Amino acid sequence: MMSQHLTDSVGVVRANVEADVPPRTLKQRLRSLAPYAYISPFYIIFFIFGAFPILFTFWIALHDWNPLGEPEFTGTKNFVNLMTDPRFWNATKNTFSIWFISTIPQLLLALGLATLLNHQLLKLKTGFRMIVLSPQITSVLAVGIIFSQLFGRDFGLINTALVEPFGFERIDFQVGTLSSHIAVSTMVMWRWVGYNSLIYLAAMQAIPKSLYECAAIDGANKFRQLVHVTIPQLRSTIIFTVIVSTIGGMQIFAEPLVFSGIGGAQGGNKRQFQTLTMFLYEQGFERFKFGYASAIAWALFLMIVLFALLNYFVTQRISQDEN
Amino acid sequence: MRTSLLRSGVNRGPGLLTYGLLLLLAALSFFPFYWMFVVASNDTSVINDIPPRLVPGDRFMDNIRTVFGNVPFGRALINSAIVATVAAVAQTFFSALAGYSFAKLRFKGRNVLFVIIIATMMVPLQLGVVPQFLLISRLGWVNDLRALIVPATVSAFGVFWMRQAVQAAVPDELIQASKVDGAGTFRTFRSIVLPAVRPQAAVLALFAFMGLWNDFFWPLVVLNRQDSFTVQVALRQVQEQAYVTDYGVQMAGTVVGTVPLFIVFLIFGKQIVGGIMEGAIKG
Repeated sequence: MMSQHLTDSVGVVRANVEADVPPRTLKQRLRSLAPYAYISPFYIIFFIFGAFPILFTFWIALHDWNPLGEPEFTGTKNFVNLMTDPRFWNATKNTFSIWFISTIPQLLLALGLATLLNHQLLKLKTGFRMIVLSPQITSVLAVGIIFSQLFGRDFGLINTALVEPFGFERIDFQVGTLSSHIAVSTMVMWRWVGYNSLIYLAAMQAIPKSLYECAAIDGANKFRQLVHVTIPQLRSTIIFTVIVSTIGGMQIFAEPLVFSGIGGAQGGNKRQFQTLTMFLYEQGFERFKFGYASAIAWALFLMIVLFALLNYFVTQRISQDEN
Repeated sequence: MRTSLLRSGVNRGPGLLTYGLLLLLAALSFFPFYWMFVVASNDTSVINDIPPRLVPGDRFMDNIRTVFGNVPFGRALINSAIVATVAAVAQTFFSALAGYSFAKLRFKGRNVLFVIIIATMMVPLQLGVVPQFLLISRLGWVNDLRALIVPATVSAFGVFWMRQAVQAAVPDELIQASKVDGAGTFRTFRSIVLPAVRPQAAVLALFAFMGLWNDFFWPLVVLNRQDSFTVQVALRQVQEQAYVTDYGVQMAGTVVGTVPLFIVFLIFGKQIVGGIMEGAIKG
């Protein structure tokens, strides 16, 4: 009765034509579910292979769990053992050391490279950009093999061309802790400098030209322009790259693994360059201690979260001070 | 005074120093590739000479033959091609579909659901590897390429990327017109949205292809039979077998594993560079 009365009014007719009224027929109802159907593949696959495994890792960490036999609940034992395991702290130290040696110079170099590439009248622009990006498309395995040869003690080109001619003894990069970290960090740097420089370059090109004109009028030279205009303007981009390389750097695995040659995930005979992910892989997939490996994974997970947050606050504080 | 300052500060072309530094950095970027080919094409004893030989030799085919003799490398190349192609296509399709949904369709919870996807980009998924492996075992997918393909059919970055692409390339009027013509949302996606975002979809597919081709940790965990190896896992085995004794063979394998991506990069390098820079501004 009511609806009969209302259909006379133009407004209701129009509302029925548009699909925004609550759906009535089955077909309309299905249609309103379509947007959810279109985004559901992501959620389904991500839940099964991403979110659920991360959470379930914690449950496994509470057990003695191996591929054969029943899992045995052991509570916090794995975590307690981990906290007193020197191998864990060694791997933690190595991971942070390699992260530091590779990230800081890498981002500074990328910033410099981006400044060079940012010249408006630069010739061969695309060519330069492609060449500096090319290491990024190389697989970590290839990078690892190439640099392991370059850093070799007896026949490596770096020793032959850069160490010996200056009167130093040939360095066995694998054996020393610091030298192995430098070798591994070099691989990371080589692979990522170009990529990060393109990110910075993109952000630099979005900075209004007028800012540079003002700085030039104030008598600021190129270097002062970089420090006082470019870097403050790049703040959010820099934070982004620091966080991304932190998350990546904390999980570094392939480079040191390949550098260790046939040594596997132990990272040198004294574990001098074993990273946390290598330790996780060693315990989980070479020794098949799933529970212990899961405890390592969770410890690493917490470290990444804390370290990313810390990075965020520190970088923000630094750039605020600059402003 | 003002114009002269501007001219000197902004409009002058880059100087010799700029080009010099750029060439140096370009050389540093390129040298390891060159060196890879030098070692791959020489006998190890020549590389071990002092001073070492810095030019390519004639042993490349011999070294390649050794690689293919030691490890089923041809099979590994095919496996990598299958995984990277299938997953890249699926990932691009699902990302475009979700991106279209977020960009052009109205539904409850749209913003929250999108923010959740963005947040997942920060989660270090590698750390769930133990349960991921148990899951794959349960499914019977150990040594099965599905273990690599299925988890890679979706990506948070892909959804983000395609949402931006649809927003930029498809005007609302076009969607409206399609609706008036009586097309359902999926038909609108197929006949209007997909053709409009083809360039951005191609860039996403390239990123996905390269990422999958170079993936190492996960394939290493789930593949342990030679006939299921991808190129990266096969390379690791070449390294383990030829370690110390033969760098020429190791590098020959590296060349074979790198060349396919290099060809892709030579053809689409400009688009890839553009994609990274575009992604940087949006991100």
